[in-house]
Amino acid sequence: MIKGNFIDNLPKVYGIYTGGFLAFIIIMSIAEQMGMTAKTIGICFVAFTVAIYAIIGYLSRTAQADAYYVAGRQVPTVFNGMATAADWMSGASFVAMAGGIYFKGYGYMALLVGWTGGYVLVASLLAPYLRKFGCYTVPDFIGTRYGGNLSRFMAVVVLTVASFTYVTAQINATGTIASVALDIPFQYAVYVGLISILLCSMLGGMRGVTWTQVAQYIVLIIAYLLPVFWISNKMGAGFFPHFMLADEVSRIAELEAQFGFVKNSAENLKEVPKGLAGITKAHSAVNATPWAFISLALAMMMGTASLPHVMMRYFTTPSVKAARKSVGWSLFFIFLLYSSAPMLATLSKLSLIDPSLPTGIIGKSIAEVQSIDWYQNWNQANLMFVSDFNGNGTLELNEFFMGGKAVVLATPEIAGLPYVISGLVAAGGMAAAMSTADGLILAIANAISHDVYYKIIDPKAETAKRLVVARVLLVVIGFAGATIAALEIQGILGSVIWAFDFAMSGLFFPLVLGVWWKRANKEGAIAGMFLGLVSGAAYLVWVRTGGSGFLGITQLTFGIFGSAVSLVAMVVVSLMTQAPNAATQKMVDEVRVPSGKSILGKQH
Amino acid sequence: MSKQEQHWEKSKGLLMMTLAIWFVFSIGIFLFGAEMNEVTGPFGYPLTYWFTCQGSLGIFVILIFWFANRQEKIDEEFGFSERGDD
Repeated sequence: MIKGNFIDNLPKVYGIYTGGFLAFIIIMSIAEQMGMTAKTIGICFVAFTVAIYAIIGYLSRTAQADAYYVAGRQVPTVFNGMATAADWMSGASFVAMAGGIYFKGYGYMALLVGWTGGYVLVASLLAPYLRKFGCYTVPDFIGTRYGGNLSRFMAVVVLTVASFTYVTAQINATGTIASVALDIPFQYAVYVGLISILLCSMLGGMRGVTWTQVAQYIVLIIAYLLPVFWISNKMGAGFFPHFMLADEVSRIAELEAQFGFVKNSAENLKEVPKGLAGITKAHSAVNATPWAFISLALAMMMGTASLPHVMMRYFTTPSVKAARKSVGWSLFFIFLLYSSAPMLATLSKLSLIDPSLPTGIIGKSIAEVQSIDWYQNWNQANLMFVSDFNGNGTLELNEFFMGGKAVVLATPEIAGLPYVISGLVAAGGMAAAMSTADGLILAIANAISHDVYYKIIDPKAETAKRLVVARVLLVVIGFAGATIAALEIQGILGSVIWAFDFAMSGLFFPLVLGVWWKRANKEGAIAGMFLGLVSGAAYLVWVRTGGSGFLGITQLTFGIFGSAVSLVAMVVVSLMTQAPNAATQKMVDEVRVPSGKSILGKQH
Repeated sequence: MSKQEQHWEKSKGLLMMTLAIWFVFSIGIFLFGAEMNEVTGPFGYPLTYWFTCQGSLGIFVILIFWFANRQEKIDEEFGFSERGDD
């Protein structure tokens, strides 16, 4: 059926795959009509998709260093864009983002702007130059540009702190979805999730992760867009929600004015299960100060440009030119999901609070709401709660509570879509969390195996031995992440945002100045990474332990402080010490032009 | 000035322009979020709300492709573009 090499046939291969997946959805919906239970459908969706990823992971197995570390540098622009989008959009984007917008409105939407605007920085400041450099990992760039094992090692430390914070959240998300879909306890589901993740990356490294991430993107984008369009059409809100929800948005504002935001007493709120929230903020009005919005967006943008698992995706393109274009495609594929999240939040909110809609529950009697099927299901799952605080027997806006995840997970059911959609959404969430976890675990394991083991400890190691070390590390880091995830210390979204702040504190300026400021030297970079990370972390601890903070920098934006310290330290120390030698200066010149050989050889 | 220096000057100019546009739509307009939201934007959404949902995001996508094309032109002009593959 397919002739020639794999790369030339990519559109065909993934075309067939997409068709197959759509056929699977149709088969499942027929099975639902014939009486298949909701639980079986959920299991089928998750098991089927994970099995496909595992097969792709197996077929991509490799014994070559450049295939393992950078997928042989032959991933075409558009496909690398899809893979990056899957790498990027985590369980948080998929499951929690629409919920965040639903509850917090404008103040939360700084994340939307931040998580997309960061790609402009990636494209213009970093990606093409790091691609030209020809490195395998981000610390590889730092270590070669600045020289010395200490700078390389510091970069590995920052990378590990940031990525590890992030990965526990992703394994947590895979565990949550696996435990719901497969109906097993969370503590075991975490390891089921982990094994699925390792199946994709163990044998093929970056090559395996690339091709599974493309497959995962296709699943997650179908799983996100299909319900949004379906619900919008079913509600009669418009067949293309993105352009047609203005009436719904203003209707929500009208209802908010009518109901008012009644503040609940602390005593009443004690009844509400942990993690659930009510609607307390306006949907489309500006509800945050400019600085609160801008500081969060800025932290996320600079964090985006410093996160190694994103950057290393652009090491896999065939050329510098392709790396630049590929950033554009990545953001385009991300845009498809991000621009749909506010629409989903709008549809979800209106269908719940508008008394004139059949699905609306505000204004109904408490007893009536409590007898609704979906309410009982989600109440049992600890994601919904109502209570008659004022004792008038009817449900008010301030008496209805929901978990953030419920917006994505429960809205299809509330809107009366068939269960097959809920199964699809579970598969999509699983794909989103798995793809990001894969990218992150690989980033950490590659940095330690390539930069610490091969470059620092044993530079004479043979390829076979290096790849064994890389794979052992992959498993070890995965299990460490899963063990911490099983403890459930931090919420999913909180740890994701921290990861961005850690990354920007330690890596943003050392990376950017490495390309854009020739005078930056080793001592400066080490000071920048070390003081940036330490001061950012110290600020976080200070605010978490009751510190008041300053300049409105919160525990979500501590990277602004960390990176400012990093910049000052790097500039001051660089200027106080010797300028980089002529060879280094020449290297920077070469990085700045796309033509010619890469700085590091093909196999290094 | 050598060819390489000229190339870098032009690249820096493009970077500055790209970052200026980026700054306006990621930071600048949100200084006036409350005022702007009184205005009705595209498709009838409140303007600031529209920018956070679609506007800024879409502009970033276009901006990156525009930047990539301009940079390619600069590279070609000075003979620094890569041969062959894309």
